[in-house]
Amino acid sequence: MPKCDAEKNQPKLGVFKFTSCDGCQLSLLNLEDDLLALGQALDIAYFPEASSKMNPGPYDLALVEGAITTEEDAHRIRSVREQTKVLVTIGACATSGGIQALRNWADVDSFKQVVYPSPHYIHSLKTSTPISEHVHVDFELWGCPIDKGQLLRVITDLLAGVQPQVPVESVCLECKRRGNVCVMVAKGLACLGPVTRAGCGAICPSMGRDCYGCFGPTEGARKGPGFPPNTTSLANYFHSGLQLIPVDVLRRFRGINGYASSFKQESERWDKKT
Amino acid sequence: MEGTGQTKSEGEKNTRTIAVGTIARVEGEGALRVTVKDGRVQDVELKIFEPPRFFEAFLQGRHYDEVPDIVARICGICPVAYQMSAVHAIEQIFGLHVDGALRDLRRVIYCGEWIESHALHVFMLQAPDFLGYESGIAMAKDHASLVTRGLRLKKAGNAIMTLLGGRSVHPVSVKVGGFSRVPFRRELEGLRDELLWARDAAVETVRWVAGFEYPEFTPDYTCVALRHPDEYPFNKGRIVAGTGLDISVDEFERHFSEHQVSYSNALHCTLQGAPYLVGPLARVNLNHDRLPQAVMRVLADTGLSLPLRNPFHGIVARSIEILYALEESLRLIDRYESPSAPSLPVTVRAGTGIACTEAPRGILYHRYRVDGDGVIREAKIVPPTSQNQGRIEQDLRLFLPRVLDRSNEEAALACERVIRCYDPCISCATHFLKLDMTQDA
Repeated sequence: MPKCDAEKNQPKLGVFKFTSCDGCQLSLLNLEDDLLALGQALDIAYFPEASSKMNPGPYDLALVEGAITTEEDAHRIRSVREQTKVLVTIGACATSGGIQALRNWADVDSFKQVVYPSPHYIHSLKTSTPISEHVHVDFELWGCPIDKGQLLRVITDLLAGVQPQVPVESVCLECKRRGNVCVMVAKGLACLGPVTRAGCGAICPSMGRDCYGCFGPTEGARKGPGFPPNTTSLANYFHSGLQLIPVDVLRRFRGINGYASSFKQESERWDKKT
Repeated sequence: MEGTGQTKSEGEKNTRTIAVGTIARVEGEGALRVTVKDGRVQDVELKIFEPPRFFEAFLQGRHYDEVPDIVARICGICPVAYQMSAVHAIEQIFGLHVDGALRDLRRVIYCGEWIESHALHVFMLQAPDFLGYESGIAMAKDHASLVTRGLRLKKAGNAIMTLLGGRSVHPVSVKVGGFSRVPFRRELEGLRDELLWARDAAVETVRWVAGFEYPEFTPDYTCVALRHPDEYPFNKGRIVAGTGLDISVDEFERHFSEHQVSYSNALHCTLQGAPYLVGPLARVNLNHDRLPQAVMRVLADTGLSLPLRNPFHGIVARSIEILYALEESLRLIDRYESPSAPSLPVTVRAGTGIACTEAPRGILYHRYRVDGDGVIREAKIVPPTSQNQGRIEQDLRLFLPRVLDRSNEEAALACERVIRCYDPCISCATHFLKLDMTQDA
């Protein structure tokens, strides 16, 4: 992985938005206590949501939010890549196609008719795809939204010239550390925690509900070391143990990160049973 | 990657185009194109090129209990608003009445969102226009204490959302019937000291922004907001307008209609064919008699008279609402007692439900049709920014003649400042859009 030039006085940061809700960029602005220090450590050269200054590349670090859903954006991400030393995706949309990837199982033309009276004005691709399907990505930060603490750690690691690392274990381990009672065992909720990567702090079970997979599948689902999570075993338990009908099992996996490969395969397996 | 104030001149004689390639310091992606011919403004197009996002279509076929998690993703800045309009609409179908402490908690989490969203806009997005900086971060070099105050205020709002919702962006606890978990009284009391600090900081903020230099600009507005018999509106009330309109939320679609324009991925909404204004300025104008006396005194001290008719005073209205949200959350925290259960039991039944709540940027309308299995069959969402879009274009038309003697770049910057007065949330408005960037010469 290329390194940001740690010796450089103020490495140049670009923050780029594609199809998204702005929540991951907001997570950067939500670093209230560290934002001004970040502004000193980095030259925030391009961040339209926060600044009128829009300086051209090259950039030492690009944070990319959002999925690719239009032809123009498929071109734009290539241009961002060409100008960038280290490219980091932030959030589910950029990393797996996000909730927008629900269109990948549907007929986009019929969607246009649901939303717009004159669908022919609307230009949109039939799919929502992650950044890594278009250009090389140096590091992927999962989450819908990302965890701001993880973001800060990744940025500081990169500034120090260190390969960033975030936990790749499942949400269950965070839950155990927090001392939560298991919502699947105690309440019979169809929790995705066993197959979802840690990082959020097990927010949902801590709030008395089931995890819905917004940090994506555990390590191995897309690339890198490890094995895909055992989604099949969990899905079978949802069906036979918790009495979910096939379409409900399908919906569990076809959500925020439904296009991440292991979740995608699992939902398609249940699609055949509905 | 066109920058702010990028302008281009047209080849045609006597025709000039003022264009902003990417409007900065707004949520989402938009552009502006103005055509001037023989010194007169011809076309004003606020182009939303944020790609279309099809949420209404995604909702079809999903189970009702997934709706709060899905609609939150329409907007990272105001997810609670989407969750609130959604759960209220679905509760109407199921005949649920969420009252007492659960209703109070919904107001409190909404207060948190208003504080967070408004503080972001006041300090980081709009104040730099008045003080002459490119961003809040750049402003901090000369005004560190001001920016630090703004960030701490924003953090106070986020703290409320995190306690009640698990996190501030896309909270997880809001559900049909109530919450998945409610806090203990002592947890809410733990917020008190910071909220008391924030209340004082909000008073200072109102004084600070009221002292800015404002252009004389008072277009004739129709304001639209919710109105409740006793409360400053969040979740409940009738829809009223400065025209005298006073309707129940169920009647919204009979009076308001959405239409599409070729250059924008957001639908425009009009009231009986005419543009109107929603958001903090409209709410303060229509509901100032519902503000507590302490808040009204702070507003009166600014010397501004009601109704506020200058769109640039939106920043004052937003600051007043930060103060109100702090007063209200403190009041509700002080009387809080844990409810017997975090949510009411739900009995699914088929039907259609409608709700409208006050998002930070204005009224947010949702309608759902649910079948007997609790599956969504139809969804309609009208976000505040598509309602304000027509009004923004009209204001630009009115404002432009006074900047036509300036260079294209300066005129474009002035237009951007007008647009930012509305705190447009372009991501929200694209159920939502992609623009055809016609650059005809």
